[in-house]
Amino acid sequence: MTNELQFRDPALARSLAATLARLVDEIGRPVAVMHVCGSHEQAIARFGLRSLFPKALDVIMGPGCPVCVTDVPEVDEGVVLARQGVRIVTFGDMLRVPGTVQSLADAQASGANIEVIYSPRQAIEIARETDEEVVLFATGFETTAVATAAVILDNPPKNFSVLSAHKYIPPVMEIVAEMPGSRVEGFLAAGHAAAITGSAVFEPFVERHQVPVVVAGFEPMDILAGLVELLELIRNKTPRVANMFPRCVSAEGNIPAQKQLWRVFKPVGGKWRGIAHVPNGNLRLRDEFAHVDARKRFTIDLPSLWDYAPPALAGQCICGDIMAGIRNPRDCRLFNRECVPENPVGACMVSNEGTCKIWHLYGGVPDLEATA
Amino acid sequence: MTAILTAPSSGRVTLKQGGGGRAMRALIEKLFVRDFATMPLHNPDFSVGVGAMDDGAAIRIGDEWLVITTDSHVIHPIVFPGGDIGRLSICGTVNDLAMMGATTVLGLTCSVILEEGFALDSLEAIQRSMIAACREAGAPVVTGDTKVMGKRELDGIVINTCGIGLTRTLIRDNGLSLGDRIIVTGSIAEHGLAVMAKRHEIGIEGDLVSDVAPLNAMIASVLAGAPGAVTAMKDPTRGGVSSALHEMASKSGVGILLDERAIPVTAAVRAVGELLGIDPLHVANEGKALIGVRADAADRVLDILRAHPLGRHAAVIGTCVAERPGGVILNTGFGKRLLAEPEGEPLPRIC
Amino acid sequence: MCLGVPGRVISIHDYTAVVDFWGVRKDVRLDIVDEPVVPGDYILNHVGFAIRRIAPESVAETLELYEMLLRENAGGEDDLMALDVRAEIAGAS
Repeated sequence: MTNELQFRDPALARSLAATLARLVDEIGRPVAVMHVCGSHEQAIARFGLRSLFPKALDVIMGPGCPVCVTDVPEVDEGVVLARQGVRIVTFGDMLRVPGTVQSLADAQASGANIEVIYSPRQAIEIARETDEEVVLFATGFETTAVATAAVILDNPPKNFSVLSAHKYIPPVMEIVAEMPGSRVEGFLAAGHAAAITGSAVFEPFVERHQVPVVVAGFEPMDILAGLVELLELIRNKTPRVANMFPRCVSAEGNIPAQKQLWRVFKPVGGKWRGIAHVPNGNLRLRDEFAHVDARKRFTIDLPSLWDYAPPALAGQCICGDIMAGIRNPRDCRLFNRECVPENPVGACMVSNEGTCKIWHLYGGVPDLEATA
Repeated sequence: MTAILTAPSSGRVTLKQGGGGRAMRALIEKLFVRDFATMPLHNPDFSVGVGAMDDGAAIRIGDEWLVITTDSHVIHPIVFPGGDIGRLSICGTVNDLAMMGATTVLGLTCSVILEEGFALDSLEAIQRSMIAACREAGAPVVTGDTKVMGKRELDGIVINTCGIGLTRTLIRDNGLSLGDRIIVTGSIAEHGLAVMAKRHEIGIEGDLVSDVAPLNAMIASVLAGAPGAVTAMKDPTRGGVSSALHEMASKSGVGILLDERAIPVTAAVRAVGELLGIDPLHVANEGKALIGVRADAADRVLDILRAHPLGRHAAVIGTCVAERPGGVILNTGFGKRLLAEPEGEPLPRIC
Repeated sequence: MCLGVPGRVISIHDYTAVVDFWGVRKDVRLDIVDEPVVPGDYILNHVGFAIRRIAPESVAETLELYEMLLRENAGGEDDLMALDVRAEIAGAS
C-alpha cells in the first residue's frame, strides 16, 4: 500500500509544521492541546515530530494508554490467577505492568504459565488444543474490546474465559476537561477507537465543554494535519467535532461492532490507575456472559498477595499526574533513576504507550538542536 | 545517563535478562565479570580478557593474536524459517571470531546437552545443518561433548560452541573515532522476527526468513582489501543494531548519529514490525555485521562488501559524533530522537 | 490507541481473509467489519480483526484534504515563500 508512505513524506510534514507555526502566531499566546492515545504519543515520539511543533504549542499526552491505566488490583487479579495455577494468555503490553507485588512477568519467572498472544483469536485456538482452563487477560480500549467480544460471541470452548480489564475512553476525556486548572483548549481523538465508535460520539462532549475535538490518524501527516485543524478551530473559536481521518472513521462508526461490544460488555465505574474514579470507564462482561467471565468462574484470592509489603517506591510514583497531563516525567524523582523499563515502578514506564516509557526511549522532548 | 538498576523484586533471573540489552549486561557484569576479571592474566599487556566484554577474548602469541569465543544456544523453536539451532550454533561462533578479525577458524568445539526423549531424526537434521555450516565457513569441529538430562530437566536441546582463530589484526568493538562511518552489511531484523513469528504462531506467511550465515569469508575480504580501514566491528545479535551500537559507542567514547532512512530493511520486515509494533532496530540478526570504518575508506569497504553475496545491501548508516557519547541519535527524516536500548525480549504488542 | 495497520485483501474463506501487508500475508478475521469486503479491498487490521474497510478513493481524498489545509492557511504567494523560509529555519535549528 505505497499510498500510505505519502503520509510519511517529510516535505509535506514540514509544510504542515510551518502552517502550525503560523496558526499559533495568529492565536498569539501559548496553546495546550491534549491527545488521549498512547499510539499518538508513540508516533509523535518515534518520528521525532515534537521537534517540528512550534514552541508555543504544547501537545500533552493524557490518559490514553490502556495498559498504564489498568489499575493495580486488576493486574493483581491476573497475577493471583496465574499463581493459582491457571493458564493465562495476554498481550505483550501487559506482561511487565507492576501489580502490588508482582507483574505477570515476575509470576512467569516464578513458574506460572503465562503466554503472550497477538490476537484474542489465538486464545481460542490455545483453549481448543488443551483441556486445562485458559484465561484471556483482556486489556485495551474499545478498539480491542470489540475483538474480545467477537470471540466471546463465536461459541468459545468451555475451558475458555475472559478476565476483562478493558477500558472505554470517552468518559475519561470528561474527567480531564473538568479538572480544575486544566489549560487544555482542544483534544485530538484516537482514530482507531473512533473507527469503531464513530466521530459523532464526541458531539455531546463538545457541546458540554465547548472545546473542539479532532479525530486524527497515526501517520505523521495525519497527526500534523489533525493539529492544524484543531488549531484552526481554536483560533476561530468554533468548537466542533472534526473528522480528519475519513479513510477509517465515519460519523456513526462501525455499527455492527458497536452492537457486539455493548451486547457483551457493560460500562461500569472504576478506578483508573492514578486518575481516580472514572464513571463508565471500565468494560465488564454482562451477566448473561457469566459463563465466560473469569471473575465468576474462579475465586480470585486477592488478599493472598498482600502478605508482602508493597514496594517502597510506589508512594513516590506520580503516574497519575502524568497521565492526567498535569506533570511530565521529568517532574518525577524516580524517572530514569530507580524507575526504568527493566525495573519499572509505575505503569507509565512499562507500557509502550506510557508517557514515561516513551520519554525514556525517545529522549523526551529532544534538546538535540546541538546535533545538527 | 546512568540508571540505577536494582535487582528485580522476585530475586530470580527473568527472561528479560536473556534478551540482550541493558538488563542482560547488568546481570553479567554484576555476577560474573566483576569477579572473573579480578584474576590476573598471564600476560596482561597482550590479552583482551573478560573485563572487556567484547565478542571474544584474545591472547597474543608471537606476532598474532589467538582469539577464543564461546556461545550457548537455547533458541526456541529449534527449527525456524531459514535455519535451525544447529546452523545458528556454528555461525554464531564463527561470526564472533570474525568480528575480532579472526576470519580463519582453527577449530570449533561442540557440546550438546539433550533432554531424554529428544527425537533422533531431529538430532540428525541438526547435525546435518551443523556440518553444512562448518563447510560453508571452513570451520572444523575438532572436539565435543554430549550429555543427556532427564525428561523435563531441560527444554529439548542446548548447544554450546567454542571457537578458536588466529589473526594478525585484532579488531575490537571500542575502536571508533570521531568522524568514522558505521556500515551495516545488509538488511536488518530478519532473524529475530522470523523466529518470533514462528514462536508466537502469529501465522505470517511471507519472506520472513532468518539471515543466519557465516560472515568470515566476507570480513576477510574487507580486512585484506582495505587494510587499516576498519576501526571497530560487532555483530548485532540479541538486542539488535541498537544494543550493538550502544556498546560500541559507549566503549569508544563517541556518540553515533544514525540516518534511519539509510538503514536497509526489507518490505517483509517493515510489514511485520508495523503489525507487531516492534522496532527492527531492537531485533536480533545472525548474518550481519556493523563495521566502523574511517570516513575516507567507507566507499572502498562498501564496494568490497557489495561484491559478496552476503553484503549486496551493505550501506553506510551513520557517523560517529562528539555529542552524547555512548548514545545513539536517530535522524528520522522528520526530526531527531534518541534511540533507546532494548530492555528485554521484544514482544508483540497491541498498543 | 492501538496498532491499526492497513492491508489488502487477497482472498476470503468464511469469516477469514488472507490479507497482504507490504508483501507479507496474514489471516484476518472479518467478524466485526461493517461493510462487505471483497478481494482487492483494503482493511484496517487490529489484533487480527478487520475493524474497518478502507474505501480506496479515501486515501486520495485525504491527501487532497491536507493540501487544502495548506492552501487555506498559506494566504498567498508571498506567504508560501515565507512558509518555506520558516520551514528552512525550523529545519536547520
